Amino acid sequence: MLIVDCEKCIGCGVCEEDCAFGAITVEEGCAVVNENCTLCGSCVDTCEPEALRIEGADRIVRADLDEWSGVWVFAEFRHGNIAPVAYELLGIGRQLADQRDVPLSAVIFGAGVEEQVGSLIASGADKVYFADGPELEQFREDVYGHVLEELIREFKPEVVLAGATAIGRSFIPQVANVLNTGLTADCTQLSIRREDGMLLQTRPAFGGNIMATIECPHSRPQMATVRPKVMKPAQPDPDRQGEMIRYVPSEQSLTSKVEVLESVRSELDNVNIQEVEILISGGRGLDSEKGFELIRELADELGGAVAASRAAVDAGWISYPHQVGQTGKTVCPKLYIACGISGAIQHAVGMQSAKTIVAINKDENAPICDIATYSLIGDLFDIVPLLTSKIRESRG
Amino acid sequence: MNILVCIKQVPDTKDVRLDPETNTMAREGVASIMNPFDRHALEEAVRIKEEHDGTVTALSMGPPQAEEVLREAVSFGADEGVLVSDRAFAGADTWATSYTLGMAARSLGEFDLILCGKQAIDGDTAQVGPGLACRLNMPYVTCVQKVSEMGGGFILVERMMDDGYDVVRLPLPALLTVVKDINEPRVSSLKGKMKAKKAVIKVLTAADIEAEKQYIGLAGSPTQVVKIFTPKPRGDRTVFSGTPEEQVNQLVERLNAYF
Repeated sequence: MLIVDCEKCIGCGVCEEDCAFGAITVEEGCAVVNENCTLCGSCVDTCEPEALRIEGADRIVRADLDEWSGVWVFAEFRHGNIAPVAYELLGIGRQLADQRDVPLSAVIFGAGVEEQVGSLIASGADKVYFADGPELEQFREDVYGHVLEELIREFKPEVVLAGATAIGRSFIPQVANVLNTGLTADCTQLSIRREDGMLLQTRPAFGGNIMATIECPHSRPQMATVRPKVMKPAQPDPDRQGEMIRYVPSEQSLTSKVEVLESVRSELDNVNIQEVEILISGGRGLDSEKGFELIRELADELGGAVAASRAAVDAGWISYPHQVGQTGKTVCPKLYIACGISGAIQHAVGMQSAKTIVAINKDENAPICDIATYSLIGDLFDIVPLLTSKIRESRG
Repeated sequence: MNILVCIKQVPDTKDVRLDPETNTMAREGVASIMNPFDRHALEEAVRIKEEHDGTVTALSMGPPQAEEVLREAVSFGADEGVLVSDRAFAGADTWATSYTLGMAARSLGEFDLILCGKQAIDGDTAQVGPGLACRLNMPYVTCVQKVSEMGGGFILVERMMDDGYDVVRLPLPALLTVVKDINEPRVSSLKGKMKAKKAVIKVLTAADIEAEKQYIGLAGSPTQVVKIFTPKPRGDRTVFSGTPEEQVNQLVERLNAYF
C-alpha cells in the first residue's frame, strides 16, 4: 500500500504530475491514492516533505542467497552461428564476474556446438557448459527451457544473462518462472551494487520514456535479458584458457511436445535489423515500394541494412521484420538515417537510443527533427541519391 | 474449442510527443486503449471460433476501469469478459502477474487454446505469455505470425524468428503469443457495440481465484523497482539549410567516421 501522511503532505501536487498511472490526485490539500497505483515508488522519491511511503510488502525470502555463485551467459546458437549478442554478454558478464570475484561461464546448446566452445573461452568465459545433440538443433521452448533449468538447479549461478532476441525472450521467462525467480527484460545497463553485491538491472519502460532500475533481492538466480548492440563485445584473446564441460541433459528434459517442421530463413535482406550498426529506414514519404530501392542503394553503399516505419510496412512496401517502433523492433545502431519518417512517438521509441540519428524530411517541424542529431530538409528523392553518390565519391 | 484471450489495458501513446527540452512524454489527457498486440490475439481467437465453433473468453488483470477493454473485446466478438481486480495485486511484476492470471484461468475452467499479444506496449517485457503457459503447464510458442492449420488435437503455426520463421506443430491445449502480422483486426459492428453495452463483466478478486497472498502483488514479486528516472536527453541537434547538395555536403563531412 502507498501510505500518505497528511500531516506532512503540503498538497504541492508534484506526485500527481509525476505519476505515470494517474493514480494520485490532490484533494483538500492532501494527496489521495486511487486503485491505479502500481506501487512503482516514483512518487516516494520525488516527495520532498517525505509524506509518501510504501508499506505492507512482506518480502518473501525464497532462496538461500549464499548458495548461489558465478555469472552465466547464455550463448545463442542457430543455423551454425553464435548470435553476436553472446559476445556482448560475455563483455558485460566479465565485468560483473570480476566485480563479484566469481567465475564467468557460458552455456551453449545445439547440434555440433563443441567446436564453438573455443570462441566463447577466447571472449572471456572461464567455463563453458555445452549440451550437444540433435534434440537441441532446433529451438524449442520446452527443451531449451528444461535443459537450462536443470543446469541452473545443479550449478546454482547467482546471475544468468541472455540476449533479448526472439529466442531469449521466448524461453528465458519460462526458466525464471519455474525457478520462482525474477527476470528483467531488455536491460540496457547492468551493474553490481557494491554494498551487497546485488545485480542492478536498468531497462527502459513506457517505450523508453522512463528508465527503471530493478533488483531481485530475495531469490536466485538474478536473471536478465539484454538488448543486442547495447553492451560492448568482449575483445577475443585466442590464448585464453578455460574449462569445457559437456553436459548431458536428462531424457525427460529433451522430450518435447513441440515439433519444428521447417525453419525458413528470409531471403530478401536477410539481416536482423537489431544486429547491424547502420540502418537506413524508410517511411510514408517514400510513396511506394520503388522508393525503397533508393534506401537499399544507400544501405548497400554504407554496408548497412534497411528498416522501415509502421506506415511503410502497413502499406505493404516492405515486410514486418523490418519494422522499427512500438509494434515492431527496438533497434540501437550507431547510425540511423530516417527517410520520409515523421517520427511519431511510436516510431521514436524504437530507435531513439541510436548513437547518431539523421532525419531526411520535407517538414522541419516533423517530430523526427526533435530527436535527430542532423536534419536535412527537403525532398528525399533529391537528397538520398545525392547522399549515396557523395559517399561513393568520398570513398574514392 | 474454448479459447481464452488475455488482454491488457495500456496508455494510448498516439499523438503524444516527446518534449525535446525535458525528454519526457507529455502524458496529459492520454486515454487508455486495448494493448495493440492483444487486439490481434482477440481477432485470431474470434476467427478460430467462427471456423471451429466454441467460445472466446477475454481475461484482464487491472484496476476496475480495465472493464472498458473487456467490453470492447465483447464488441469485437468475445463471448464474455472477466476482470481480475484487487488492490492486493498492485505492484505485481511479471512473475506475480503470470501466477495471478494462471489462477484466474484455472478458476474459469478448461481452455483448449490461450492467446496473448506478444507483449504490452507499456512494459514491453513479453514475459507474461510464457509465464502463464508455465503456470498452466502448457506447451507454448511465442511471436506467432500465422495459424496454418488446426485439427486432431494439434495446431500448426508459423512463428517469427530473427532470421526468418519456423513452422511449428504443437498439441492442444497450448498457448500462443501473436505478432501483428497474424491478421487485420475487424472494426466493431453496431450489433457488437450493442452486445458490449449490455455485457456483464465478471469481476474476480484474489479470494475468488484462491490466489495465495504471498504470490501476488508487490510481496509476491521477485523483482522490485529500485528507482525510476528519465533518460538523459539526446545531445545537440543540427538542422541543415541550403540546397540539397549543400546539406548533403555538410552531412557527409560530419559522418566521415562511418565511411
